[in-house]
Amino acid sequence: MAPKYHGVDFYAIDTLLNEEERAVRDTVRTWVDEQLIPVIGDAYIEGKFPKQLIPGMAELGLFGANLPEEYGCAGLNNVAYGLIMQELERGDSGVRSFASVQGALVMYPIYAFGSDQQKKKWLPEMAKGSVIGCFGLTEPDYGSNPSGMITTAKETKDGWVLNGAKMWITNGSTAHAAVIWAKTGALADANSIRGFIVPTDTKGFSAKDQKGKLSLRASDTSELVLQDVHLPKDAILPKSGGLKSPLMCLTQARYGISWGALGAAMACYDEAVSYSKNRVMFGKPIGGFQLQQARLAEMLTEITKAQLLVLQLGRLKDLGTMTPQQVSLAKRNNVDMATDIARETRRLLGANGILVEYQAMRHLANLESVYTYEGTHDVHTLVLGQEITGISAFE
Amino acid sequence: MKIAVCIKRVADSETRVKVAADGKSLDDAGVKFILNPYDEFAVEEALQRKEKAGSGEVVVLALGGATSQETIRTALAMGADRGVLLQTDAIPADGFVTAQAITAELKAGGPWDLVLFGKMAIDDYNSQVGPMVAELLDLPCVTAVSHLTIEGGTATAEREIEGAVEVVQCQVPAVITTDKGINEPRYPALKGIMAAKKKPLEVKPVSLGGGAIEVLGMVPPAARKEGRIVGEGAAAVPELVKLLREEAKVL
Repeated sequence: MAPKYHGVDFYAIDTLLNEEERAVRDTVRTWVDEQLIPVIGDAYIEGKFPKQLIPGMAELGLFGANLPEEYGCAGLNNVAYGLIMQELERGDSGVRSFASVQGALVMYPIYAFGSDQQKKKWLPEMAKGSVIGCFGLTEPDYGSNPSGMITTAKETKDGWVLNGAKMWITNGSTAHAAVIWAKTGALADANSIRGFIVPTDTKGFSAKDQKGKLSLRASDTSELVLQDVHLPKDAILPKSGGLKSPLMCLTQARYGISWGALGAAMACYDEAVSYSKNRVMFGKPIGGFQLQQARLAEMLTEITKAQLLVLQLGRLKDLGTMTPQQVSLAKRNNVDMATDIARETRRLLGANGILVEYQAMRHLANLESVYTYEGTHDVHTLVLGQEITGISAFE
Repeated sequence: MKIAVCIKRVADSETRVKVAADGKSLDDAGVKFILNPYDEFAVEEALQRKEKAGSGEVVVLALGGATSQETIRTALAMGADRGVLLQTDAIPADGFVTAQAITAELKAGGPWDLVLFGKMAIDDYNSQVGPMVAELLDLPCVTAVSHLTIEGGTATAEREIEGAVEVVQCQVPAVITTDKGINEPRYPALKGIMAAKKKPLEVKPVSLGGGAIEVLGMVPPAARKEGRIVGEGAAAVPELVKLLREEAKVL
């Protein structure tokens, strides 16, 4: 068995956290050690999200933890929220994805764009985990370019009728409610995009798990089909308007991903250090060889930089001055560095590195999805390019 | 149901501790401190009893430095109602001095339906303060309890002793020290962590006497001797058995 995980803190970054932030981090870390780590390997091999974890996650208050207490949430600051994501993804990106979707992509839009009635109806149930949500933006032919979506919402005398298909939807088959983004006007009019809360037992709504995934296997990913889905008038999120609304949700989720990927990197580094000290080859621990030391030194350096990056991003978010471009930089950097660290750890572990008994290859395979979702690495590169030059490379 | 839970801030047994420059204390630098694990059982037991009774108060009491406030807040985050810190510069080496200070506070804040301690602190392994406080309060005391029922003024406690379970009874109020197995301590939920900030935590500076015991020195355990490989595969077994019998004398 692997020794107990202690996190990585080479620059005494803990001293930059307040007592509650550390308490939150430690609670989630212990929970991950005791509840998540023991079941994650099997869940990954089986290709199923470990649903038995949902009540425990809800009891801890992990869903929508940075939303206000009046809706049954924990009302944490964004650094504490980030630390939750870090610790969850230290366990598995799929489990962090589950919490990200529930909190940042479902509860957040209801909180930000919903009516008082919608907030009171949905948020407390979602915080309790008794209602699971999913977020439908991406379509089979519109991934990096969501403004081209072809899902429509036509207004009728007494409500709305939705038609279309969504793809790569985390929690899609588990969800009780879906936040679906659809065009209410002409297909060319991205400003007509609005959000809808769709109970998944509504006639015409169906979800089918996508099979054959070699990544995020402990997470359910589904295809949604909406065929003449009739909704009442109050299904629309009244304050949503244009592509900006779902993008605001993605900014929330990407913020959490920046922290989450760091957690995966820390898990791999921890495994690499422990393995390099214990694995003896040519008469001494492999950690005594220069090539492995270079690997470890590089990992520690990148992790330390990434820790400071997200911590400052979190402080900016709490101040209310964080920009989406700053989130792009963090998501881009941290997921990329985590993927590199997972790969290097996998290699440092030699043949053992391909086993599910160790974490590195699971994290590596997961991170390839994280690299791609919520704005691919390349898209964030172009977001930054546009920010720097003022010239959009998308158009 | 008014329950006092006496807790202690201790170094996490998972962290590597170093002896400080004075040669008789531990260097705090870089050491992670936690709520003593046996005290977690005591906090959980108090919370469950209050919840079962439907009303009551769980008061957490600690003696230690200002940093012990954080440890008290861990218990408040789990659900305790309020905390009291008897603030000192250092925790006395003599458990009796600690017991006297805690007793004075318990007397002032009582009466209590139940006083709970962990069976021992994982830093000094003394297991003294609980029983001493019981004596000073003139209350019955059962130590290392792994199962507890209280009905109508009588507590029935189970203790895991060598090769058996001992069942004992006493009247309540009583002092009970808790052992592993009595319950499964809850995680301090995030809402609890936020709520803990707003719960009352009274800090009372106390000055303590030296007591009858003095720590002369702390010495890390001797480094373990390196292992020996006696051979490989089945062929090595006879030699290994011989050495285990004759040299290590464990067979």
